[in-house]
Amino acid sequence: MSEAPAPAAERRKGLQGIGASRKRVEDARFIQGKGRYVDDIKLPGMLFGDFVRSPYAHAKIKSIDISAATAIEGVVTVITAKELAAHSLDWMPTLAGDKQAVLAGDKVLFQGQEVAFVVAADRYAAADGVAAVKVEYEDLPPVIDPFKAMDEGAPVLREDIKDQTEGAHGKRDHHNHIFNWQFGDSDATEKALADSEIVVEEMISYQRVHPCPLETCGCVASYDKVNGKMTVYGTFQAPHAVRTVASLISPLAEHDIRIVSPDIGGGFGNKVGVYPGYICAIAVTFLTGIPVKWIEDRTENLMATAFARDYHMKGRIGATKDGRITSLACHTIADHGAFDACADPTKWPAGFFNICTGSYDIPAAHVSVDGVYTNKAPGGVAYRCSFRVTEASYFIERMVDILARRLDMDPAELRRKNFIKKEQFPYTSAMGWEYDSGDYHTALDKALDAVGYAKLREEQKENRAAFDRGETRSLLGVGVAFFTEIVGAGPIKNCDILGLGMFDSCEIRIHPTGSAIARLGTISQGQGHSTTFAQILATEIGLPASSITVEEGDTDTAPYGLGTYGSRSTPVAGAAAAMAGRKIRAKAQMIAAHLLEVHDDDLEWDVDGFVVKGDSSKRKTMAEIAFAAYNNVPPNMEPGLEAVSYYDPPNMTYPFGAYICVADVNVDTGVTTVRRFYALDDCGTRINPMVIEGQVHGGLTESLAIAMGQEIAYDADGNVTGGSLIDYYLPTAVETPAWETDYTETPSNHHPIGAKGVGESPNVGGVSAFSNAVNDALAHLGVVHAQMPHDHWRVWQAARQAKK
Amino acid sequence: MLGRIRERENMIPGKFAYAKPSSVAEATAMLKEDADEVYVLAGGQSIISMMKLRQSAPRRLIDLNGIDELRAIEVGADEISIGAMATQHQVINDAKLAEACPLLAEAAAQIADPQVRYRGTIGGNAANGDQANDMPAVMQALDAEYVLASADGERSVKARDFYEGGLETERAENEILVRIKIPRPAAGHGWAYVKQKRKTGDYATAAVAVLLRKDGGGFADVALGLTNVADVPVCATEAAELLKGPGDAEAAAAKAAELADPPEMDPRGPAEFRRHLVAVLAKEAIAAAAARAK
Repeated sequence: MSEAPAPAAERRKGLQGIGASRKRVEDARFIQGKGRYVDDIKLPGMLFGDFVRSPYAHAKIKSIDISAATAIEGVVTVITAKELAAHSLDWMPTLAGDKQAVLAGDKVLFQGQEVAFVVAADRYAAADGVAAVKVEYEDLPPVIDPFKAMDEGAPVLREDIKDQTEGAHGKRDHHNHIFNWQFGDSDATEKALADSEIVVEEMISYQRVHPCPLETCGCVASYDKVNGKMTVYGTFQAPHAVRTVASLISPLAEHDIRIVSPDIGGGFGNKVGVYPGYICAIAVTFLTGIPVKWIEDRTENLMATAFARDYHMKGRIGATKDGRITSLACHTIADHGAFDACADPTKWPAGFFNICTGSYDIPAAHVSVDGVYTNKAPGGVAYRCSFRVTEASYFIERMVDILARRLDMDPAELRRKNFIKKEQFPYTSAMGWEYDSGDYHTALDKALDAVGYAKLREEQKENRAAFDRGETRSLLGVGVAFFTEIVGAGPIKNCDILGLGMFDSCEIRIHPTGSAIARLGTISQGQGHSTTFAQILATEIGLPASSITVEEGDTDTAPYGLGTYGSRSTPVAGAAAAMAGRKIRAKAQMIAAHLLEVHDDDLEWDVDGFVVKGDSSKRKTMAEIAFAAYNNVPPNMEPGLEAVSYYDPPNMTYPFGAYICVADVNVDTGVTTVRRFYALDDCGTRINPMVIEGQVHGGLTESLAIAMGQEIAYDADGNVTGGSLIDYYLPTAVETPAWETDYTETPSNHHPIGAKGVGESPNVGGVSAFSNAVNDALAHLGVVHAQMPHDHWRVWQAARQAKK
Repeated sequence: MLGRIRERENMIPGKFAYAKPSSVAEATAMLKEDADEVYVLAGGQSIISMMKLRQSAPRRLIDLNGIDELRAIEVGADEISIGAMATQHQVINDAKLAEACPLLAEAAAQIADPQVRYRGTIGGNAANGDQANDMPAVMQALDAEYVLASADGERSVKARDFYEGGLETERAENEILVRIKIPRPAAGHGWAYVKQKRKTGDYATAAVAVLLRKDGGGFADVALGLTNVADVPVCATEAAELLKGPGDAEAAAAKAAELADPPEMDPRGPAEFRRHLVAVLAKEAIAAAAARAK
């Protein structure tokens, strides 16, 4: 019989399971520069690819002369659309059901579009080759303003589909129209608006931004002509989906393709899509049998590989005089650029934008989204958010603030008045979403208390009086934002990508000595999966987290899954891990019963093993059971201890939070100084509080960047005006305020461990809090809604124009 | 015009030759031999980026980092001499310089970030002709002289006469800026460099350098320099005039704004904002300088 075990609490602590602030196991290698990223991969004889890109937003290609380029020493070949067309690779399908030119054929449709792929022995020769390719263009009038895309007489952008009246998402009304997508009850909403005592109308724009991960996109493709295997190392947030797509568009069978995502230096949605660089590298290695590396530079990343947002949301919100919201309507113009390459579940062309009723119990709502083509880069990725939920959340949080001002009501009070109540969960919104769990009043009240909200409003009164007396040029703004996310896509019944259900998976193998390897269909880009998934398993299977290796990203070894984005890893793969763990535990229980010579039902789980009910001295630890699994299992039982779970979530999860930003806005300089930022997150069961805090810090910093400065801007000719980090706003520690984090914990009602996902919440909620703060400050001057980004000149301009 | 041509930017420089002389004489001799498309490399904080973007494509780089004599900072009774290769970090941390002319350290400390300031040099910042750099306007306010050396000897050009716009300067292609001579400001003078930028590492949206001393109830020896609000650094002499004597800070600031001539629109905002900001920052800088003057 085993020695008397340590107390349960001590053993639990030793496991470092759910709830432990375990240090990230990844960090030791990252902080020592020992991560292995795509650009660290060097294969013998590897060639380098580099793109000739269009200087024009819209132009015919009259000719491409590659002779000077191929004459350069080291340049191996130059591929154009013509060469790709010979292998039917000049166009590729997008995730949104459109197609995208891999290399431009007859014309270019955005500045930075890929025109030719120069392959050379080294990067320098490739770059020299790019400079030597001569392309003759004839420029065409561009469409830059999305509101003018569907004008009569607007230039035809997509010659390839100009006569198609049906797109992937239904009827097209114009040659630059992609889709119209509607959700909700239009008639009921219009009636409710007509009957409302107050209706507020506003255009809320969410500018085009870019996720801008530190590591740009890239790949190394290597085709072995002898065994017919294609291996692609790349910055892929969804390696399995990439493998399937690669197989569908090429002559390669899926089992002959191996996709490997090594360490990834941040993704934030930028690495979900399939880009021309991948296809070109794969095509060249397929034809030559020589490995090809393609790594984009920063400017290419910002200009060409996937933007986010660019939603222009015309809202109407109706309410009673005493502040009861009755109705919400929104019409959105969505600028998708030259190709519809949005990374949304296939049936959701505007993602989950219909979550725009937010945290409020709004009886009638309707949204309509028109996607349009413009001469801008394609994309529309979920930049640290779940498929347009950031746009939806920003929209409703601005509308509610604007309504509060019209009603002359405190914005926090208006929110409290309209929140979905705790007892209403699970709650079905007017849009049909079933919110799993929530306690919004408690969260907001805790936040208001924490910042001393009432006092802040008093101070604001004094500040405004002092401003009016000419004693200060600085206005105090208090931005209150409450958000409900919709993450964990998702149930196969309504979520798929190109027909692939959005389940996820986990496979666990317990080794004889009581350690384990777990493989998942997701891929960490910095989220810390190796740390946190091991913690879920530690609690489920009773082995220390430090004894569990987590492996992801190699399609030859990992079970099929749809990858990491949309905060889906914890809600979906995390659930799969828990379920696989429970299968392990179920088999372990039978082995333990066999070893202890009792019936399974006579055993109960005790932290790290099984004990006989009523006699805890009779016990078998998981380590003991693991060994027995390899030499002493019950008769007729297979040896070994392995399990796999493919988890199809029954519902999304709905994390929520209350964020408050306190800022001083100088109307002379336009500078906003954040005095305080308080973020309360409720992500259900908390797996690792320290990792959560880190995620929240990172997401808030991105939300600061978006609200205060990020913009991929185009001039009237379609030139990107800020395609480098001089202009594109990446805040440093100097610009970043100190974050105060807090939490409530309301477990999901359907997730196996009650967890909801948190990585994207701060981006979703933070942007609204910053924008509400700036707008709250400027409200004193009569500003109703100042558009983002709230950079210096725009804030100054908004203040100045309001005074006129 | 539709579709303004913009060449694809790159992160990989073209081919170039490289030399690292160990004396000014050796460097100038190299330039005498061949100065066509030959660039001198100081801290490399501009030229390397420009080369990676292929906006600059020198045939040959002459690296001045091997010339120790160019790093000296000397503070005399009447004149300050700063070797062109003195880094911003050196300037920020030189105690004698901080006492004699604190404006330099105040401005240098606002250049980019610590990594840049460790490598970036005062000479490179002043001489490459970029109006977005901080030192040109500061040197103009200080009425500095740039000592240019060639194989034929040395000559001096006043900072106020040096800049021609569009990265063009008075420096001939066979010349090297070897040091900067600054008349030592009067004891008890007031100074300020006030800069507004979007983020760390960015150039100024606008910045104003002010130098003055108290004279009775008013100001004398007033100078104002403006950074990145025109295609050249702006020595705002007319604004400085308005501050002399009893002076009118409000009027001087307004005049400084008038002298600014920023582009109609760029990512830092419209011209109107930049001019307005010059007035706001000038007022702040004047007030700070006045408060510091003894």
